[in-house]
Amino acid sequence: MTTASTSFIDRRTVIDWLGIVPFMLFALAFLIVPTVYLIVGAFFNPAGEFTFQNIADLFSPSILGAYWISIRVSVASALGGALIGFFLAWAVVLGGVPSWIRSSLLTFSGVASNFAGVPLAFAFLATLGRTGLVTVFMRDWLGFNLYSTGFNLLSFFGLTITYMFFQIPLMVLILTPALDGLKKEWREASEILGASTWQYWRMVVLPILWPSLMGATLLLFANAFGAIATAFALTGASLNIVPILLYAQIRGDVLHNPNLGYALALGMIVITGISNILYIWLRSRAERWQK
Amino acid sequence: MKAHKIFAWIAIAIGAIYFFVPLIGTFEFSLRMRRGVYSFDAYQSVFTDAQFRATFGFSMLMALVTIVVGMLLIVPTAYWVRLRLPQMRPVVEFITLLPLVIPAIVIVFGYLRLYNSSSWIPFTGSTQGTNILLTFSYVTLALPYMYRSVDTAMRTIDVRTLTEAAEILGAKWPTIMFRCIFPNVMSGVLSGAFITFAIVMGEFTMAALLNRPAFGPYLQLVGANKAYEPSALAVIAFAITWLSMGLIQLVSRFSKLTPSRP
Repeated sequence: MTTASTSFIDRRTVIDWLGIVPFMLFALAFLIVPTVYLIVGAFFNPAGEFTFQNIADLFSPSILGAYWISIRVSVASALGGALIGFFLAWAVVLGGVPSWIRSSLLTFSGVASNFAGVPLAFAFLATLGRTGLVTVFMRDWLGFNLYSTGFNLLSFFGLTITYMFFQIPLMVLILTPALDGLKKEWREASEILGASTWQYWRMVVLPILWPSLMGATLLLFANAFGAIATAFALTGASLNIVPILLYAQIRGDVLHNPNLGYALALGMIVITGISNILYIWLRSRAERWQK
Repeated sequence: MKAHKIFAWIAIAIGAIYFFVPLIGTFEFSLRMRRGVYSFDAYQSVFTDAQFRATFGFSMLMALVTIVVGMLLIVPTAYWVRLRLPQMRPVVEFITLLPLVIPAIVIVFGYLRLYNSSSWIPFTGSTQGTNILLTFSYVTLALPYMYRSVDTAMRTIDVRTLTEAAEILGAKWPTIMFRCIFPNVMSGVLSGAFITFAIVMGEFTMAALLNRPAFGPYLQLVGANKAYEPSALAVIAFAITWLSMGLIQLVSRFSKLTPSRP
């Protein structure tokens, strides 16, 4: 290779780069250009003039309300999923339960984290809907009418606990390796130095684990924020979250301004984008300790 | 029993309740169609529905085409990046992760603006064109999973040595690609294929907004109009997801037993 002529090197370089042309063209045509088109469109009015009006219009009460409820559902389901997911991961890694529980939990989490969309909505309707198993069981056996307490599956709270069905397993899958990375020696060292369990967790484990915990929670947040199928099948159009509003806008221009639709999409990209960038940054911090 | 062990079991119990009660509830509900007794009537009603068979078949076909197109795109790219363009790896990896960042509904919104019947490339102008666009949209959605599983499988083989050996033996690139690289990363290809299958079978947003008769929109339609069939469909959908994930486990276990190092 060292004796190759200049023209040969050039040809080789060209071939090298030609190799990823199909992939790059695909990514451009079906991922990047469509997204950029919307982002650019958000800064123009229907007449084709540059404007910030669409962005400003996002702050109208109805759109702001949609973002607000989306953010609340995503935050609540991410925190709930993170909390329960963390305890589950902790239980199978450090809790001393039999190893078959660990492998079944991880297998099940792989399935459940992918079990989203329309069927998940059906599952929760059959469980916590007005004639669902749990609702009927509580009414007939415990004399407790769930729906008289103001509970409604087709609401903020209902959507949150439904989302948690795929959020918890996702957290388990992300956190198990992080907890596996906690070295036994750290615990032994802190015990020798006279630390209590509480001190060990607060001063050793949490500082090491917080990037993983925060990062995973952010990923869960983004995961819930972009989801639409479950909410759509569960509530129809009655719960006004951003993806459903965007769906209605794509279908029938309910905002009466196509460019405002682009701005709505831009807002979603910004929110999921920021949480993913933070996630990647936190993950790179977390990986320092997992080597 | 130590205190932390009790806490561990409490956590497991809460998790088990959260995971299993909805599944049991769904299954129980799907059996309730006939008044007073449990029966499989809802399933019978689903399976005899011509629309179920049509949409299920359509999504199945879409999943297969997506897997073939996706793998033909991704395996050579991952191979090439490892062999010749290692400096492009972070870029390619970043692009494959973008579909997790940009919500599916935003991507399809872009398609509808960019490829509508009055644009330069009118994909949505014809049924065939829309089907092609839907396939590409599924390839996009599956990109993160496919790339990761193929790239992981490629890490375990020595791409450079394999290629050089094949070249010395006089193989042309199609032979290298399809008789050397593909068989060696089969475990990754299959894992990626199964997860893609699970994603495509349940996908709703893309198919609904591109107006194609796929399984996802059909599920939504049944959910809006029927009482017991949705639970039966949810049980079926869960079984599909479970099957796909089970096959992935099987494949990865199998590939561990037969290490494919050259």
